[in-house]
Amino acid sequence: MANGWFRKRKASDEFPEGLWVKCDKCRELLFKREWERNLKVCGKCGHHFRLSAHERIELLLDEDTFVEHDADLISTDPLQFPGYRDSLERYRKSTGLTDAAVSGDGQLAGHPVSIAITDAHFMMGSMGSVVGERITRAVERATDRRVPVILVSGTGGGARMHEGLLSLMQMAKTSGAIARQHAAGLLTIVVLTDPTMGGVTASWGMLGDFHIAEPGAMIGFAGLRVSKQANVSKVPSDFQTAEFQLGRGQIDRVVPRRELKDTIALLLRFAGAPSVDTTEASAAPA
Amino acid sequence: MAGKLEEFERPITELEEQIERVKVLTREQSMDRSSEIAALEEEKDRLLAELYMNLTNWDEVRVARNPKRPYALDFIRLMFQDFVELHGDRLVGDDGAMIGGVARLGDRWVTVIGQQKGRDAQERHKRNFGMARPEGYRKALRLMRLSEKFNRPVICLIDTPAADPSVPSEEHGISEAIAHNIRDMFLIKVPIIVAITGEGGSGGALGIGVGDRVLMLQHSVYSVIPPEGCAAIIWKDAQRGNDAAEALRLTAKNALELGIIDEIVPEPLGAAHRDYDTAAKNLREALERNLDEVEPLSETDRLEARYQHFRRLGVFGVATTALEE
Repeated sequence: MANGWFRKRKASDEFPEGLWVKCDKCRELLFKREWERNLKVCGKCGHHFRLSAHERIELLLDEDTFVEHDADLISTDPLQFPGYRDSLERYRKSTGLTDAAVSGDGQLAGHPVSIAITDAHFMMGSMGSVVGERITRAVERATDRRVPVILVSGTGGGARMHEGLLSLMQMAKTSGAIARQHAAGLLTIVVLTDPTMGGVTASWGMLGDFHIAEPGAMIGFAGLRVSKQANVSKVPSDFQTAEFQLGRGQIDRVVPRRELKDTIALLLRFAGAPSVDTTEASAAPA
Repeated sequence: MAGKLEEFERPITELEEQIERVKVLTREQSMDRSSEIAALEEEKDRLLAELYMNLTNWDEVRVARNPKRPYALDFIRLMFQDFVELHGDRLVGDDGAMIGGVARLGDRWVTVIGQQKGRDAQERHKRNFGMARPEGYRKALRLMRLSEKFNRPVICLIDTPAADPSVPSEEHGISEAIAHNIRDMFLIKVPIIVAITGEGGSGGALGIGVGDRVLMLQHSVYSVIPPEGCAAIIWKDAQRGNDAAEALRLTAKNALELGIIDEIVPEPLGAAHRDYDTAAKNLREALERNLDEVEPLSETDRLEARYQHFRRLGVFGVATTALEE
C-alpha cells in the first residue's frame, strides 16, 4: 500500500474529524486506521465499502507497475445535454479523475495485464464515450499484446444517458473488443464490485471467462423499483446482490477483498497467462 | 404517461370523419359530390404531410409506440414468403416477445428475428409488451447460429420498449443473455442486417442490434433510456418526457447524424400505420439492397467492417493541458 491511495482519498462517510468511520451497513463506528488496514472492509459485519479506481489498482496490481493510458480523453458533451457539463466539472473536482474509468497496463502477481476500472464516485461510474473508449482500448491492447484483460466494474449508472445513443453504443463497442479477445483465445476476467447495474452488466460486465464478485455487491440489470413494478412475484431478500447472482449461476465466485488478488492470480496461472519471468526468458537470447 | 397519438392526429381524424359524412350524404341524396370529396382528400394529404414533416421528438416517440403501427409479424407477412416460425431456447422455454424463423426474402433464404408486441390484452400478455426475456435473447442467438451453419443471412427487426426487467428475468440472467448476444453478433460470420421498425429500447434493442448494417424506419426511435425515465431522473418529473426526448436525440434523423445508423428507410405519408404495404415494400427494398452490398465481402472483411462500424462510435476530446484539479 505504498502509494497510499487507501489513505489519501477523502471518503464522504468519514466521521468525526476523520478518525472514525461509520459502517454503512451495521452502523458500527470503526477506527479509521484499522478500517483502512482492513482494505475498507467493516471489521464487524464484513461490509465491503466502495473503493476508488486508484485504490483498486493498489489492491490488485504489483507495486509500481501500473502505467495509465488514455487519461487525456475527455467528454465533450456531444448532445449539449442539460446540466452535463456542470456534472462533469463537479465530479472532476471531487474525484480528481477525468472520467469514470481508469485504464492502463500493469502486472498482477508477475503477469502482465491490461486493466480498466470504473469508479462509482464519478457519476455513478456510468459509461459514456470516454469510459467506453478507455475500456475498448484496454481490451484491444490486451489482444495486441496477447495478455489477459481485467475489467473491474463499479458502475451503478449503466450507460450514461447524458450522451444518449453514443453511450448505448459503448455497450456494443466494448463487447466487440471482448469478442476479438475471446476469438483470439485470450483471457478476460471481470470483477464485479458494488455497484454494477444496467448497461454495464448487460455488456462487458457479463463477458468474462471468469466472473468474480465482492461480497454484498449490488449486481443487476434494472433498478429494483422497475423490477418490482414489472412483476408481482415476490422479490427475494437478497435480490440483485453478488450472492443472489451466484445462486442464479451468473457469477463464478464471491471472493472477499483480501483474497481477490490471489484468486485472480490463480486463474491467470490456470489460463497460462504469460508472466514477466517467462516473457523475459523467452526474450533473452538463446 | 405518454400522450396519445390521437392528440396530434386529431385534425386528420376530423377531416376523415367529414369525408365519411359527405360520402354518406352522397349515397343518401344520390348527388355527385366527388369534387368536394377530392378536395377534402387533398386537404387531408396536405395536412398529413405538414403534420409529419414537423414532428417533435416526443411526437416521434408516440408514432413509434402507436399500437396501430405494423409489428414484426406484419412486416414478416408482407415482406417474406414461406415463413416457418421456430420456437424455444432449448434451455427453459419459449419467449413470445421474441419471434424468429426461416423465410424467403425474394430469392434468398434468410433467418428473421424480431421482437413482437401485441394489440389486445391477451396478445399483449403473450408478447409481454414486446419486452424479451433471457429465453428470447437465447432463442435469437440459437437461430443466428443455425443460420450461420447453413450460410444464410440474418435479418433482425427491432421493436421493444426495453428488455424485460422483471424478477424472473433477472433470475435467469437477462444481463448475461443480452451481453452474450452483443458479443457473439460480432462473431457470426453470415451477413446481419438490423432494422429498427418501432421502438429501439436501449439494451433490449441492442441484444439483437449488432450487424453489418443498421437501418431505421423514418418514424422509429432508438434511445439509451425511455424519455419518461430520463425525465424522472433529471427533473424528478416523468411528465417531462417531451424535454427528455429532445435532449436524448432519439429519432432516426438524430441517429443518422450521430453516425449510429447507416440509413433511414422512408415511410408512407402519415407514417407506417396508414399504409402497411408501402412501409413493408420500402423496408424490403432496403434490406435486399443492403444484403446485395455486404454479401460479396469475404467473411474476414465483413467482420472487420462490422467491428469498425461500432468501434468508431463515441465522441470525445483529447485534453491538451492538464485538467484543473
